[in-house]
Amino acid sequence: MRILVVEDDLEAQRYLVNGLKEAGHVVDDAADGETGLTLALSRPYDVAIVDRMLPKMDGLDVVAEMREHSNVTPVLFLSALTEVDDRVKGLKAGGDDYLTKPYAFVELLARIDALMRRRSPSSVKTRLQVGDLELDLLTRAAKRNGTGIDLQPREFRLLEYLMRHAGQVVTRTMLLESVWEYHFDPQTNVIDVHISRLRAKIDKGFEQPLLHTVRGAGYMIRAHA
Amino acid sequence: MRTLSVLRTQAFRIVFVYVAVFAVSVSALLAFVYWNTERALDAQTDQIIGAEIAGLSEQYQRLGLRGLADVVMSRSARGGPGLYLLLDRARQPIAGNLDGMPQNVSRQGVEVEFDYERRVEGNLQRRRARGRMFQLMGGFELLVAQDVHERYLTEKLFSTDLPWTVGLMLLLGLVGGGLMSRNMLRRLDQINRTAGEIVAGDLSRRVPVTRAHDEFDTLAENLNRMLDRIERLMSGVREVTDSVAHDLRTPLTRLRNRLDETLRHLDSNDDRAHEIEAAMRETDQIIATFNALLLIAEADAGVMRGAMDRIDLVPIADDMAELYAPLAEENGVTLEIKPAGSTVIEGNRSLISQALANLIDNAIKYTPQGGHISVYTTMTPRGPELTVADTGPGIPPEQRAHVLERFVRLETSRNSPGTGLGLSLVAAVARLHGATLQLIDNYPGLRATICFPRPALRR
Repeated sequence: MRILVVEDDLEAQRYLVNGLKEAGHVVDDAADGETGLTLALSRPYDVAIVDRMLPKMDGLDVVAEMREHSNVTPVLFLSALTEVDDRVKGLKAGGDDYLTKPYAFVELLARIDALMRRRSPSSVKTRLQVGDLELDLLTRAAKRNGTGIDLQPREFRLLEYLMRHAGQVVTRTMLLESVWEYHFDPQTNVIDVHISRLRAKIDKGFEQPLLHTVRGAGYMIRAHA
Repeated sequence: MRTLSVLRTQAFRIVFVYVAVFAVSVSALLAFVYWNTERALDAQTDQIIGAEIAGLSEQYQRLGLRGLADVVMSRSARGGPGLYLLLDRARQPIAGNLDGMPQNVSRQGVEVEFDYERRVEGNLQRRRARGRMFQLMGGFELLVAQDVHERYLTEKLFSTDLPWTVGLMLLLGLVGGGLMSRNMLRRLDQINRTAGEIVAGDLSRRVPVTRAHDEFDTLAENLNRMLDRIERLMSGVREVTDSVAHDLRTPLTRLRNRLDETLRHLDSNDDRAHEIEAAMRETDQIIATFNALLLIAEADAGVMRGAMDRIDLVPIADDMAELYAPLAEENGVTLEIKPAGSTVIEGNRSLISQALANLIDNAIKYTPQGGHISVYTTMTPRGPELTVADTGPGIPPEQRAHVLERFVRLETSRNSPGTGLGLSLVAAVARLHGATLQLIDNYPGLRATICFPRPALRR
């Protein structure tokens, strides 16, 4: 995957670029808004990672300008600002996701994966399947190996999100943001309890577990170990 | 409502008292002047009467009854203010321009007032006179009087018109006072409204200054100067907060990044990996504390004012209770949400959710197994309320104010995880919404209630 990193703090840039390269991505970098915009408009990228506060041109303006030029590259904003409406401003300017510094690298990788996945047109599916687990998005029914599973509405949304990102690491924050729509960090890990309940419903009594815990990162649903 | 508030103003009260004092003093002054004048006029009249009696009695002694009758007759014919009546022993008139002796004239030689009739320009007129009766030797009686009708009319004017005048004065004074107070009230209202908007967080508002250059304008100018200064200070604080946030977060991010990078390059079985994981957890704790502090500072500075919407507390409470219910159950505690009608406030969903999460999190942390937590919203006459009640150990009354301070954790909870900023954050979020956080005994347990003000009607 080809990724553009626009970040003025050289230390943070090095960390990002190294990490992404290690994860097997091709990375271009820019240290200011103008260079970043020129790169974004001249080459095709799968994802752009843009810092909110940049010299020469603000991160928000870079993305707004990209969208102005009909550039649809998914954008992940990085920001050291925590104000509540900063996220809203970022998303309004055309950003697709928003991550507050400092972040765990696994969190960033998981989000980038999710953003790239979102681009593929396969997301208009009405049925999701992972191994012998099936989820019908129209009738809102879940089945494993042909047997119906009774799910609460929120459990359904949780499973749907996991299955849409099957084979990808999904972090607790991502779940909290997309399934519960909260953008803050609850001190206690409330999500873990919800996952273990869901796991009891879909994996209990089956030899092959589907919902896995990824140590230090989050969760992943996949058919094969 | 409006008139009531005018009556309650200081300006109106001052005007009212002033008008009342003015009316009383003017009445007293007029009464004194009137009384004095009347006395002087009466004395003058009495002097004239005395002089005439003296003159006439001399005439009587000198010229006898006939001579006196002649003089009385000639004086009566003059048509001036002088009035005379001479009676014989049988009290029959001999001479004079009065028809008969008035009823109330005493024989003691004291001046009295009486009414008499007189033809003026062809009309019979009832007029007022003041006179004295004098006993002549030989049993004759002589009444000498002066017409005092003019004075009498003035007196009547005073006694009937003065109350009206004072009444009119009071009325005009009150109306004027009312108008003045309304004007003052309008100016004060402007200042109050501006102050209210500023307290609500809009520091850019200023008190309007008119071109009258009066005390209100001086006050407004001073207030505005003060507000300019406060705004400069606030934006200074904000800049400091922002740059501290940036300056501290950057090295913290780098620290965390380096640990993260090192960890990724280590075998997960390496002992050092555990050490680094522990160091990362510590770093995350610092970052969490730091973020909470910044959020409290921002909430207190009213920085996030822009993100206020009309929101219903009920779905927020429902969602949060739903998020935490499994965790509560895992801890052997029941978490119940009591149903309620829609409870709308003016607020920020994310912050309210976070505050509620902190309250529920605390409740779960401190409620022992078998305990019970209930979350509910209520619409009270004072305004909407959001409550989390538990059956845990509660907080001793003397420590309730103390726990809202930053970093305060009770000795009994020293060992449980947390930043010690949970309740301070809830209190800061409450303050940002113009609400208060109340900690009350739940018998047993703690009842934490965020009391919101009634939402303002949308214009």
